[in-house]
Amino acid sequence: MEAKKTPILEVKDLSIDFGGLTAVSDFNMEVYDGEIVGLIGPNGAGKTTVFNMLTKVYQPTRGSILFNGEDTSKKTVVDMNKAGVARTFQNIRMFNGLTVLDNVRAGFHGREVYSPLAAILRLPSYRNCEKNIEKGSRELLEIFGLSSEADNLASNLPYGAQRRLEIARALATGPRLLLLDEPAAGMNPQETEELMNMIRLVRDHFNTAVLLIEHDMKLVMGICERITVLNYGMMLAQGTPEEIQADPEVIKAYLGE
Amino acid sequence: MSDKKKLPAFLSDKKYRGRLTSFSMVLIMYIVIEILMNTGNLSSLFTSLLVPVCCYIVAAIGLNLNVGISGELNLGQACFMSVGAFSAVCVSGSLASSVPDVPRLVISMIVGAILAAVFGILIGIPVLKLEGDYLAIVTLAFGQIVKSLITNMYLGIDEAGYHFSFVDNNVELIPGGKMLLNGPMGATGTQRISTFTAGVVLVVVALIIVYNLMFSRSGRAIMAARDNRIAAESVGIEIVRIKLLAFGISSCLAGAAGALYGLNYSTLIPAKFDFNTSILLLVYVVLGGLGNMNGTMIATIILVLLPELLRSMQDYRMLIYAIVLILIMLLTNNEMVKTWIQKAYLRLSTDRKGR
Repeated sequence: MEAKKTPILEVKDLSIDFGGLTAVSDFNMEVYDGEIVGLIGPNGAGKTTVFNMLTKVYQPTRGSILFNGEDTSKKTVVDMNKAGVARTFQNIRMFNGLTVLDNVRAGFHGREVYSPLAAILRLPSYRNCEKNIEKGSRELLEIFGLSSEADNLASNLPYGAQRRLEIARALATGPRLLLLDEPAAGMNPQETEELMNMIRLVRDHFNTAVLLIEHDMKLVMGICERITVLNYGMMLAQGTPEEIQADPEVIKAYLGE
Repeated sequence: MSDKKKLPAFLSDKKYRGRLTSFSMVLIMYIVIEILMNTGNLSSLFTSLLVPVCCYIVAAIGLNLNVGISGELNLGQACFMSVGAFSAVCVSGSLASSVPDVPRLVISMIVGAILAAVFGILIGIPVLKLEGDYLAIVTLAFGQIVKSLITNMYLGIDEAGYHFSFVDNNVELIPGGKMLLNGPMGATGTQRISTFTAGVVLVVVALIIVYNLMFSRSGRAIMAARDNRIAAESVGIEIVRIKLLAFGISSCLAGAAGALYGLNYSTLIPAKFDFNTSILLLVYVVLGGLGNMNGTMIATIILVLLPELLRSMQDYRMLIYAIVLILIMLLTNNEMVKTWIQKAYLRLSTDRKGR
């Protein structure tokens, strides 16, 4: 439990207004190194909006996001990725014109860097980096069971495989915090079971903290160490899976009175 | 399911097969045409088209990088050719007495390419920050601006150095000097130093640049940014920078092509590189297939030669040209033809495996 001392992500009073509508208000949370945290809540609660603020797709109206103890208010989407935040999307966003392997390779863009000139002239830096990219990508495909599909176009993959590919691509960027937006959506129970193992593996193997949005309670309760519940853009509860399951407010939000 | 399993091999091979096809196609054509030329079997009309075809191929390959790979529409590729052509004519004219032909051609082409790339990057920086087809609008306008500017430029050179005037021609040269740019008459009295060999070399260089870029970190990033802007950003790809790279190289190639084109004629008017030329280049790219360099080359060759070969048909020339355009489009986009080709490929690959 010593690792828990350093919060990798610290969110304070985070709020965002869209016109007159406050989508998320005064949201607080921390994620510690190597932790798996769940973010749940009814539809429209603002979970994905929180993700979009954490990755700077949306600029928060108020509040602060500290990543690695560093203020992120001036960072862009690309900066956030470079700082170590990677994500997947609720509505899958593949690079459809690229092969499965190239999708993962594209994830290495910020890690194995060589100039376009080196590419055109096929300089040694090109060869070295491409070798590392190839090796890393194949490893990731192996972990996510996509090796046999490597040369297939990403758009031809079945839904569940596309979700796994998105995770592999996100991991290729070498994140310290991985944001998963409904990773199990559209998966059958067996696939979900495999996904849970993969997420645990990711945490152990890549030393990555995971923050995930999910409606599949079996997954959430099964792997999350802590859970934050969001309702109507506000934090409803925070705690361990057992505490959340017993929380009357949460039950009310989900089932009504 | 078995179809799905076999498709990947064919797709991954395609990358390299495409590259191989390109280079061997260029090489074979070059050898055949050289033999025909040296044995005197090539008509003068055909010979005169060799360099322009190479120029259009290079400009179209560049355009395909921008439109097909990067996914940004460009309606002003001809104006980058124009920038390259007229700057090359000026450079070549200035160096005419001091530098031999071949290095002069190379220097002129490099200057033309760099200048066109600079213009491309300058207009790309503000425009590519926007999402949508704004680049099409701006390049369209830029094409008109460049044409008007060059139409009004007068540049002369004599012993005292360069003389420049704009709109009104008040350049007065010491006897022995010459005009490099002559307003609406464009460049006149240019020494024709372009050769077919130079054209083929340029095509090969263009292919190497585009292919090496496509199958690299930058190429993947360019395609990723095309396919999904937000996802590309989320994996650390700087969209503006990467799109600018594609657009810069695209205009650079157009500049080099324009330079070669400009030095192939003794006179060259600015109106040559108008909107129509830009659209024609786009037609070559679209008919050849977005992102498909071989297709672009073939489409360019056919569509540049066709109107010339049909000259004997006189009035029906453009009618036939249009019909051919429609036929190519129907054939290349026909699902039946596509599946037929795919099946042929699959049969080939299974035969080879001995099943």
